[in-house]
Amino acid sequence: MQLQDKDRIFTNLYRDGSPWIDGARERGIWSGVKELMAKGQDWIIEEVKQSGLRGRGGAGFPTGLKWSFMPKESDGRPSYLVVNADESEPGTCKDREIIRFDPHRLLEGCLLAGYAMRAVAAYIYIRGEFYNEAMALQRAIDEAYDAGMIGKNACGSGYDFDIILHRGAGAYICGEETALLQSLEGKKGQPRLKPPFPANVGLYGCPTTVNNVESISVTGEILRRGASWFSSLGRPNNVGTKLFCVSGHVNNPCNVEEEMGIPLKELLEKHCGGVRGGWDNLLAVIPGGSSVPLLPKHICDDVLMDFDSLREVQSGLGTAAVIVMDKSTDIVEAIANLSHFYMHESCGQCTPCREGTGWMYRVMKRMVQGRADREEIDQLLDVTKQIEGHTICALGDAAAWPIQGLIRHFRPELERRIEEYRRAAA
Amino acid sequence: MPKLTVDGVEVEVEAGATVLQACEAAGAEIPRFCYHERLAIAGNCRMCLVEMEKAPKPIASCAMPAGDGMVIHTNTPTVKKAREGVLEFLLINHPLDCPICDQGGECDLQDQAMAFGPLHSRYHEPKRAVPDKYMGPLIGTVMTRCIHCTRCIRFSEEIAGVSVIGAINRGEHMEITTLGQAITSELSGNVIDLCPVGALTSKPYQFTARPWELRKTESIDAMDAVGSNIRIDARGNEVMRILPRLNEDVNEEWISDKTRFVYDGLKRQRLDRPYLRKDGKLTAVSWDEALEAVAAKLKALKGEEIAAIAGDLSAVEDLVALKDLVTELGSANLDCRQDGAAIDPSCRAGYLFNTTIAGIEDADALLIVGSNPRIEAPIINARIRKTWLRGDLKIGLVGAAADLTYAYDHLGEGGDVLQAVIDGSHEFATVLKNAENPMIIVGTGALTRPDGAAVLAGLRKLAGDCGAVRDGWNGFNLLHLAASRVGALDIGFVPGEGGRDLAGIMAGAAAGEIKAVFLAGADEIDMQGLGDAFVIYTGSHGDAGAHRADAILPGAAYTEKDATWVNTEGRVQQGFRAVFPPGDAREDWAIYRALSGHLGKPLPYNSLEELRARMVEAVPHLGATDTVTPAEWGDFGQAGAIDAAVLRTPVEDFYLSNAIARASATMARCSAELLDAITGATGTDG
Repeated sequence: MQLQDKDRIFTNLYRDGSPWIDGARERGIWSGVKELMAKGQDWIIEEVKQSGLRGRGGAGFPTGLKWSFMPKESDGRPSYLVVNADESEPGTCKDREIIRFDPHRLLEGCLLAGYAMRAVAAYIYIRGEFYNEAMALQRAIDEAYDAGMIGKNACGSGYDFDIILHRGAGAYICGEETALLQSLEGKKGQPRLKPPFPANVGLYGCPTTVNNVESISVTGEILRRGASWFSSLGRPNNVGTKLFCVSGHVNNPCNVEEEMGIPLKELLEKHCGGVRGGWDNLLAVIPGGSSVPLLPKHICDDVLMDFDSLREVQSGLGTAAVIVMDKSTDIVEAIANLSHFYMHESCGQCTPCREGTGWMYRVMKRMVQGRADREEIDQLLDVTKQIEGHTICALGDAAAWPIQGLIRHFRPELERRIEEYRRAAA
Repeated sequence: MPKLTVDGVEVEVEAGATVLQACEAAGAEIPRFCYHERLAIAGNCRMCLVEMEKAPKPIASCAMPAGDGMVIHTNTPTVKKAREGVLEFLLINHPLDCPICDQGGECDLQDQAMAFGPLHSRYHEPKRAVPDKYMGPLIGTVMTRCIHCTRCIRFSEEIAGVSVIGAINRGEHMEITTLGQAITSELSGNVIDLCPVGALTSKPYQFTARPWELRKTESIDAMDAVGSNIRIDARGNEVMRILPRLNEDVNEEWISDKTRFVYDGLKRQRLDRPYLRKDGKLTAVSWDEALEAVAAKLKALKGEEIAAIAGDLSAVEDLVALKDLVTELGSANLDCRQDGAAIDPSCRAGYLFNTTIAGIEDADALLIVGSNPRIEAPIINARIRKTWLRGDLKIGLVGAAADLTYAYDHLGEGGDVLQAVIDGSHEFATVLKNAENPMIIVGTGALTRPDGAAVLAGLRKLAGDCGAVRDGWNGFNLLHLAASRVGALDIGFVPGEGGRDLAGIMAGAAAGEIKAVFLAGADEIDMQGLGDAFVIYTGSHGDAGAHRADAILPGAAYTEKDATWVNTEGRVQQGFRAVFPPGDAREDWAIYRALSGHLGKPLPYNSLEELRARMVEAVPHLGATDTVTPAEWGDFGQAGAIDAAVLRTPVEDFYLSNAIARASATMARCSAELLDAITGATGTDG
């Protein structure tokens, strides 16, 4: 199984052509947008629903369904599309490449999606560290305005649509959709309580849908080629193509667009030159960005890379950021490193995450050395359970899962270190 | 009306209620830290987690709207574990310094840790320490104790209307701070009550008492005319602190900083024994000598040569006794309007806050005339802000501009603009007319002017014209400043037949026609104007009146007597004695009773009960405690021309507006540090 070139969406992923509007037009972007819009808003939403597209930001919520929550009749408030370009999940770098090399694909998607959900404008919230990317995207936005693709009478459709780029200030939590809205409004980036959901009360209290860059970027191609084309790729309920960001101990780390449900082993061997030192040198893989539990080699042997398959092995597809670790890795330190990240990025709003992430990191730091009691492994597991599901947003879960994955699959390693430390101390 | 099941009990709650409220309605206790029924929902402490059937994980009951058919469990192992988990997390970085914490004994965290917490902590890592923050002269901080519930932030933004408290940093480094500023709000002390732990504490009360040592007396505040319900906590014969008491009709659960922190003024500058002026110097004397000297002086005078002026802090009983005494002496020269306001005592509706404080919430248009409610009655201002936040209250102000914590239409400063509104030629007159429940608040600052009676009559006309007075709604409101004023007006402490009013008394004293003046705690008049009159001062503090006095008869402050107070709404409330007056000081009514004996004309009551019986007989509504007896609408004021001069509040210094406050070191600090920010001169003000 391998994605054929004709089915690729992100045809400029490696900057084979120009990212700017002429190059974009050559790749077919902006073509027929007026006609697509003429088919009507409900047609677009229905088509995206039929395509089976699931959100590419991590949670995998059906995109078309999400759009259908937006009000069809305005109660006086405008509707907004917000694009989440605050890509900060460790290991993830797919949105960055889209913005760098194919920004018009995103803008085209903004117009189509925004039109479908009757939004007056799209706000693209871009990660603060993406300075060059923000410059590139702004250039693309300016081009699109100049070419009449967006703005008044966008693409000649008679619909007015603005796209506004906003730079974040470098907080991971601002990638959480409601914290992003808070930040966009100029407030402290802290997640909001749900309900109410953004589709009811979002940006500035108005109906809002927040989508990932990749989800929005693929809509133009889905609409042009048809829902059935997209849904014919991949496995049922896990369809389409997906950008995978492979990093770590492979010979050729890369971003690659592949069909959903590609076996992990095939992904690594075909595109990344295989695991450093051969497949048998593999220790573990974090398959979906730092938030999901790791998978030891024996699961990696035959697991498929899609939402449902990875959930079955108690992990997740997340952002499809595959972090590969070979046997030279200090796996405990690697996870402790992630714990430090979550402690640093917890917004501090709700109790379990604010207090728990620091606690977990401090215990993990000792676990790296083995400076702990055996009972503390279960205690640590219990603390992760005390955080998981008890917080306002998913950052608490994201902080808990890597540790749960470690304990689930590498408990003997933790115990070995504790024994070793005890022996050395005695 | 959603119906849901909580622990097997079916309850029906109002639409819009939360699951937490439904649980309480079903009798299930839900612990919480961040949730407060008067503040926006934050949902951040996670203490109120409950289990909901069909939900994948526990839900925060404070934030979840109650829905029809929900099945909630509050006593499952999952819920118990969730609560223990949250408490364990809260306690790992809490200093556990309860023995030296002012909150100890009345701490939510302490109580809930006892009731719901795990037995012990499993945390062995280093604890967090947080530098303390400066928040002004009133709020002491021990920020290591903070549990980040954000109640203080929400209070300052929502209730107080000042954005001075906020959170900085993330995660476990998150800190509540004002960035080194004082909390510039006249309601700031309420954050102490709201703080569920000992992070924000009362600076003046710091380390002075433990809650279980305190004797708690429920009473009424006398710092302004709101009549806030308070609890006076005393140890021995010393007031240690003052806290608010819940009264939805008056102060909800807030009190102003003056109400809360003035109590150190009760211990300074006190008149604790009688004095007589001998050879120009005040000399301490015995009660017998003082009363005998005063009696001798009065016996030699004719009735019309005697006068009495009531101050701002006198209780109704005190003034009843003084009025009876002066009347017995044959004088009708009485006045309680020591500011000279042209209040018309003939019509009760003309001097009440008729809409009532809770009634403000029904108003949809409001005209404020010559008042700054924020410093004249902070609690009423908070109620206006609360109504304004709802979004449909249009507010117009005629008078000097000020930061009132809500947006208003500044119609203009002078009487000419007011005249235009009264004529109906100003567009705000249309706003009032089109409103369903229009409301007018006139401050006493508009009535102390030479044209005060005309202002009053004009506003009476306006109230009639815009439909502010009808069955079930009276939108005419006079905002008083003094706790004693409405009670005094109710008992008719005003010039009798042929009697002199304040101006007449002052003129008479200057001309030598008035030879003796009783000052019942009246400190705000021009003492120079009293000429050579023999001044008998009854009161609690050595302020302007006592300095001028020829005889000082030391009285009791509002915390030291059982007393009746009538607030600006006309609400009759009972205050109770928390401590005894210092030294030889006595309750004021008893002083007048004793003096009447020395005069050989004993007043017809020997106890407070007998005095009250007489008071209620004369003014029946004074017997209806805790209620507002609505007043009949009638004629008041005197038609005339309104001067174009600027209308402004008479309160120059919110923190130093009476003798007790002027004796308070805390209030002096506040005045120095906070006054400018609170009075919010906006540049258009003079």
